[in-house]
Amino acid sequence: MSDERFTLSCPASDPVLNDRVVLAHGEGGRLLRRLIRDELLPRLGNERLNLLGDAAVVPLGDSPVAMTTDSFVVSPLFFPGGDIGSLAVYGTINDLAVAGARPRWISLAIILEEGLPVATLQRVLDSVAHAAQRTHVQIVTGDTKVVPRGAADGLFLTTTGVGEIVAPCPPGPLALAPGDALLVSGPLGRHGMAVLTCREGIEFEQPILSDSGSLIEVVAALRESGVAVRAMRDATRGGLAAVLHEWAEASGRTMLIEEPQLPITPEVRGACELLGLDAVHVACEGVLVAAVPGEAASVAVTALREVDTARGAAVIGCVQQRGLAPVVVRRAVGQLIPLDEPLGAPLPRIC
Amino acid sequence: MKYVDEFRAAQPCQSLLAEIRRQCTQRWTIMEVCGGQTHGLLRHGIDQELAGCVELIHGPGCPVCVTPLEAIDRAIDLARRPEVELVSFGDMLRVPGSRGSLLQARAEGARVGLVYSPLQAVQRAVEHPQRQVVFFAVGFETTAPATALAVQQAARLGLDNFSLLVAHVRVQPAMELLASDPHNRVQGFLAAGHVCTVAGHQSYESLVQRFRLPVVVTGFEPVDLLSGILECVRQLEQGKARVTNCYQRSVAAAGNPRAQELVEAVYEVCDAPWRGLGVIPSGGLRLRNACRDFDAVARFDRAHLPVIETPSCRAGEVLMGRIKPTACECFGRSCTPETPLGAPMVSDEGACAAYFRYAGPAAR
Repeated sequence: MSDERFTLSCPASDPVLNDRVVLAHGEGGRLLRRLIRDELLPRLGNERLNLLGDAAVVPLGDSPVAMTTDSFVVSPLFFPGGDIGSLAVYGTINDLAVAGARPRWISLAIILEEGLPVATLQRVLDSVAHAAQRTHVQIVTGDTKVVPRGAADGLFLTTTGVGEIVAPCPPGPLALAPGDALLVSGPLGRHGMAVLTCREGIEFEQPILSDSGSLIEVVAALRESGVAVRAMRDATRGGLAAVLHEWAEASGRTMLIEEPQLPITPEVRGACELLGLDAVHVACEGVLVAAVPGEAASVAVTALREVDTARGAAVIGCVQQRGLAPVVVRRAVGQLIPLDEPLGAPLPRIC
Repeated sequence: MKYVDEFRAAQPCQSLLAEIRRQCTQRWTIMEVCGGQTHGLLRHGIDQELAGCVELIHGPGCPVCVTPLEAIDRAIDLARRPEVELVSFGDMLRVPGSRGSLLQARAEGARVGLVYSPLQAVQRAVEHPQRQVVFFAVGFETTAPATALAVQQAARLGLDNFSLLVAHVRVQPAMELLASDPHNRVQGFLAAGHVCTVAGHQSYESLVQRFRLPVVVTGFEPVDLLSGILECVRQLEQGKARVTNCYQRSVAAAGNPRAQELVEAVYEVCDAPWRGLGVIPSGGLRLRNACRDFDAVARFDRAHLPVIETPSCRAGEVLMGRIKPTACECFGRSCTPETPLGAPMVSDEGACAAYFRYAGPAAR
């Protein structure tokens, strides 16, 4: 074929101004970060909000308290391994626990869609009560609103959590140093895949159960091990990758993970392979990510594995001087490959 | 995990890498046709490991990338009609047309849905008889059987609210076009394993005869890719050119006859426009006359829509393997996965997205 008949047409479009919120804004990746940076912080920012922590530590008399807030819009309301009610409680207290606080009080706001069966509301509230009882937190105030059919999807929850700071409190990602070990407390990606496979009607021989649960005991075990924890986070939206990107940005270091060491259940791996997702980008709701001094890694992992929900704890990598990318992964071939931030994967409304 | 771990294990990868390096007496230029292969190569750093002896060039095998702009514009236009729900695969929803993407249209009120299978789209039509469900059927020989099945199922159910916007493409005519290009640098092809699973690899014999280029069918895991590269290098070193199947666990010489029959029953071969490459003779599929009832373009009588293109994006050259994505001035600057100028930056099979994701900030 000659060049006259075959010319390259230029395929691109005009860049379109992003003047609308799209679902991808809500998925915890770069788009959300940009929305926060460009729209929220310039208007609302202050020395505490600007830290963008899971919880803010605020002075209150002599003893500082940690405060956090969260909304829950998961669809479906009930999924294998959990439901929106227990998720709201665990999600809130986990944000407090990883900030070094003992969760004490929760406020609960409920938005109900006209037509929701009262039985559904009852199931959700029972689940809230059960989770609060298990984790020794009190629901101390609340609010209920009803909106017309179509203005919400069944039921949305919003919580605020308050907890007391328990010493010693990890200094946070600024303290990350080369040689520190990176740990996770359990298998990755279970919550996101449980909700996604349930919602899309994708069935496996072994159903994937969400890991939605409390991290209070996990954090306590780590604290009591005496290990000088540098930083802790719960890996929620955007998964492990989102946490590591935040730490890399805050510390100016590179986070290196070793792919063969990542704990991932066969069911989650299978579902990820099928759907073309990477488990490091998929949300957890009961997995702690921690950085500890390298020499303390085995003590920390041993302490974590004592806790029922952290039997799958593992060292997954280490902190290095900033190299070619903020987060890198080593796979079987051996090269260090940059690991991108999660971005607009089609996983809306998982929490 | 079976069928995954053994094809990603360190030891066989290292032996294959060593053998490829040992075989090479010169640097060879090999094209991986499929975008899934490009992502596999970059995800595992195989391109870097072999930089001294093999140059890997990505091919046009990303279905989302080659879907013409006017098809996307037409899809958006249909989605804006109040009675229509337009559904497609996730990647397709993010690709910019000349006035935004389907997801942006959804944010502005158009009814746009995501499905994992065309049969889900048929189901959507069953559940919502008052809606006109239009499935945006894109992809190579790999997805065409499933969309053909959707048409047959809709016909069986007597659905009058289901139709297809067809933009299916065929990979072999594009490979022939590349091989015949006077600027062609490709010395061997890694043919796309998934396409061959459906279409087989016998038809590549004519391509090999005509252009004297090795065609090696490969899969997507590191061991698959490295085995394919090794076979290609062996042929090149020996001055041979033949079709070899290095993905035997999935591909049979004749492909999947049942899937081919489905495609044959519903579609016929036609000349088709490829985004970035222009019209490729026999490069696409269209619905047969007997299935015209399911043609969304006919049903909604859409006239030709004018398209606007940005001159700065070089996706056409990227799709031809003429330049690496990183050579484009827009790469990583005005063009990123969140604000893509061209389709290869969007898709999980797009070459620009692969380089952006795996080559790191240094490449940007």
